[in-house]
Amino acid sequence: MLSRVAERVYWAARYLERAEDSARLIDVQSQLLLDLPASTGIAWPHIVGIVGVGDAKLTRGRAAERDTLKLLLTDDRCASSISATIAMARENFRTTRDIVPTEAWQCVNELHIFARSQLRWAVGKRRRHEILSEIVARVQGVRGLLADTMSHGPAYQFFCVGTNLERADMCTRIIDVAVASLLQDPERLERFENTLWMSTLKSVSGYQMYRQYVRRRMRGADVLAFLFQDADFPRSIRHCLWQIEQCMARLPNGAALTKRLDTLVQTVTELTVGELDNAALHAEVDRFQVALADLNQQMSDTWFSPQN
Amino acid sequence: MLAVKIDWKQYDPGSSYDELISVAGQSRTAAAALTRYLASLSPKMLDSRQDAAERAIAEMGITFTVYSEGRNIDRAWPFDIIPRTIAAAEWDRIAAGLTQRLTALNLFIDDLYNDQRIIRDSIVPEEIIATSRNFLKPCIGARPAHAVWANICGTDLVRDADGTVYVLEDNLRVPSGVSYMLENRIITKRVFPELFKDSSIRSVDDYASELLEMLSSLTPRTGDRPEVVVLTPGIYNSAYFEHAYLAQRMGVELVEGGDLVVADDDCVYMRSISGLERVDVIYRRINDTALDRECFEPDSVLGVPGIMRAWRAGNVSLANAPGSGVADDKVVYAYVPQIIRYYLDQDAILPNVPTHLCADPKNLEYVLANLEKLVVKPANESGGYGMLVGSHATRKEREEFAPLVAANPRNYIAQPVLNLSTVPTLVEGRLEPRHVDLRPFILQGAATSVTAGGLTRVALRRGSLVVNSSQGGGSKDTWIVDTYPDGRGHARRGAA
Repeated sequence: MLSRVAERVYWAARYLERAEDSARLIDVQSQLLLDLPASTGIAWPHIVGIVGVGDAKLTRGRAAERDTLKLLLTDDRCASSISATIAMARENFRTTRDIVPTEAWQCVNELHIFARSQLRWAVGKRRRHEILSEIVARVQGVRGLLADTMSHGPAYQFFCVGTNLERADMCTRIIDVAVASLLQDPERLERFENTLWMSTLKSVSGYQMYRQYVRRRMRGADVLAFLFQDADFPRSIRHCLWQIEQCMARLPNGAALTKRLDTLVQTVTELTVGELDNAALHAEVDRFQVALADLNQQMSDTWFSPQN
Repeated sequence: MLAVKIDWKQYDPGSSYDELISVAGQSRTAAAALTRYLASLSPKMLDSRQDAAERAIAEMGITFTVYSEGRNIDRAWPFDIIPRTIAAAEWDRIAAGLTQRLTALNLFIDDLYNDQRIIRDSIVPEEIIATSRNFLKPCIGARPAHAVWANICGTDLVRDADGTVYVLEDNLRVPSGVSYMLENRIITKRVFPELFKDSSIRSVDDYASELLEMLSSLTPRTGDRPEVVVLTPGIYNSAYFEHAYLAQRMGVELVEGGDLVVADDDCVYMRSISGLERVDVIYRRINDTALDRECFEPDSVLGVPGIMRAWRAGNVSLANAPGSGVADDKVVYAYVPQIIRYYLDQDAILPNVPTHLCADPKNLEYVLANLEKLVVKPANESGGYGMLVGSHATRKEREEFAPLVAANPRNYIAQPVLNLSTVPTLVEGRLEPRHVDLRPFILQGAATSVTAGGLTRVALRRGSLVVNSSQGGGSKDTWIVDTYPDGRGHARRGAA
C-alpha cells in the first residue's frame, strides 16, 4: 500500500469521526442548555472550546447561540466546523477512491451533499436534532459499510487507527471541559451535577452503557473512570488506545509503535482517577493529548513519509 | 398538462444523418425497440428519467474538473439519457477498421524510432518527422514490448450526411473518456432497465479486465503477478476521476509522481508502507514531456526523475510508450492511408476526412481563400483548442486567424466542415437533434481489442459541432445492437 494513500485513508477516518463527534456534541449540548438556567454560567462558548475553534471572536448575549452554531456548523473558513470537516473527509475519500469500496465513497459523497444543503437549517432549534442525528447516523453507516465490505488489510487498519485516535482525542477534550466547568464551582452547580455528568456521558454516546456497567448513583469520579479506563466501552480512552494497538500490530514495521501503545494502555489502566484533584486530572488529560499528538508524528515517520 | 407523447414524425434532423431516425417517423433497424419504447413515454416521464439520471450522477460522484476563474471546479458529468444506437454488423466493420489502423500506426511508430524504412522509401517526407514536436529524440532505438507503442488509443469517429463514417483524429497520447463510457451504461441501465431485457445490446463492462490483461502483457519481468500502476498528474487534473476509476476497477495502485522513485539499479519503485516496491508496468496519464525532468521539461513536478532511463533500460514498461504522439500529429494523419498500405498491404477500411496540408503552398492558398468552408486545426493540439470552425466563425475571427496559419503553415491542416450526424436529445422536455461524434477505445498489447461502441459525445447547443466536455458538450450511452438475423453477432467481441 502506498504511503500517501495510507495517510489519506487515515485522515479520511479522522475527519469522519470528527464530524460525527461534533454533531453529537452539539446536539447533546443543545438539549442540555434547555435544562440549565443562565445562572449556571454554562453557555455556548464553552463547547467551542471542546471543538477547538481556537481564538475565534465569539458573540456574547442573545446572538451568541446563533453565531456560535453558524461557526460550528456551516462556516467553511473555520476548519473545525462540521461542514468543513465533512468536506475534508470527502476530499480524502475522493482521492483514495481507487481503494475504498465504491458504495462507501457514494455514502460519503451523499453525506457531503446532505451537509451542504441541510446544515444551515440546524442553526435554528427546530430541525437541529433531526439534522445532527442524521449526520451521526450517516457517518456510522459509512463505518459499518467499511467494516463489512472492505478487506481488513492495511488500508482498513489505517482507517481504524484514524477513527480511534480521533475518538480518544475527542474524549480527552470532553473530559477536560467537564472537569473544568463542573469541578471548579461545585457549590453553584450542585443541583445540576447529575444533569451535567449525564450530558457528558451522552456526548460520547456513553450514558446507557454507563448505567448498565456502573450500577450506582451518578458520581463524577465514576464517570471519569468510565471515560478514561473502561475496558469494554468503545469510546473510552483505554479502549481506543487498545484498538489502535491491535491495528498497528497488523501493519508492517509496526513493532515499535505497538510497544509504545502497550505502555499507554497500561498507564491509563493504572490511573487512580478517584484520588486525583482537578489540577492532577487536567495534567493527566494533557499527558494523553500530548501522547496522541506524538503518535501522529511517529506514524508519519514510520509509514507516511519515512526518510529512506 | 396534456400528456403529449413523442411523435417521431415531428422529429426533423434536417440535412444531417440521424443515428436513430432515417426518414420522418421511420426508425433505423438497430433503434426500432428504443424508438418504440420512447414513443410510449410522456414528456413528463422522460423528464423524470432525466432527473433520475442526474441524481445518480451526483450521488455516484461522477465528475470532471474544469479550470475556471483561477480555480478548479469539480462539475457533474453532463449526460443525456437517450442512447445512440449502431447496428452490430456495421460496428464489426468499424472495429476491424480500427484494429487495422492502430496496427499500422504502431508499425509506423516503431519504424520511425528505429530503421525509418518508410522515410527511406519516400512514403512519408522526412521533414514532417524532423519538424514534429512529438518526435522525441530520447526514444530513438527503444524497443517496447511486442513492438507496440500506442497501447491505448481513443480514435475519434464522425459520420457525415451521406452516412460515411470517417476517422477524425487518432488520439495516441493519453486519450480519456472511457470511464464515462462505462458509467453511462450503468446509469442507462438504471434509467431504462426495461430496454435491456428486450434488446441484445453488447456489454461494455469487461473493459477494466481487458485493460489489466493488456497492461500485464507488457511486463519486463517473468512472474504471474506483475506490479501494474496508474500514474496520475493528481487530483486537480480534469481526468482525475477516470484515473481513480480505472485503478479501482483494475485493483491496482493509483500513484502520483512523488510516490515513485528510480533507484541506482535503474528500476522504478513505489514508496509503500513496507518500504520500496518494484513497479513493472506504468499506465501513465501524464504527458510525455512531463514524464521525466532529467530528459524533458526541467521544471516539471508531475513526473519521476530517471523514469526514461529505467524505460530505455527495459526495466519498466510505460503505456503509452513515450513518443507515440508522433503519429498523432495531424499532418501525419493525412498520410495514414499510405501508411496502412505500406505496412499491411491493405486498403484502409475506414476513410480519413479529406485533409489539406497547409505546408503545401497551393493548399495554403486554397485554405486562406476558403476559410468559411473549412475547419482549420493546429497539428499538435487536442481538446478542440486553437482551432477555427470557419462556417461558425465571424468574419473578424477568420481575419484574425488567417495570419496565424500563414506564419506557420506546417503547424496547420484544414478539412471541410462535416455535417456531423445527430441523435435525438432531450431539450426542455422535447427531443431535438443534436450533433454527435464517437470515441471508441482500442487496446493493443500481446493482442488487440476494441470496445463495443465507445463514448458518444454530444454538442448540447443547437447546431453546435463542438462536443468537448470542457466546452459545453455532453455525452450519451452507445449501444451496439445485435441485428444479425441468427443472433450470431451477440457473443462476439468487436474485431479482436
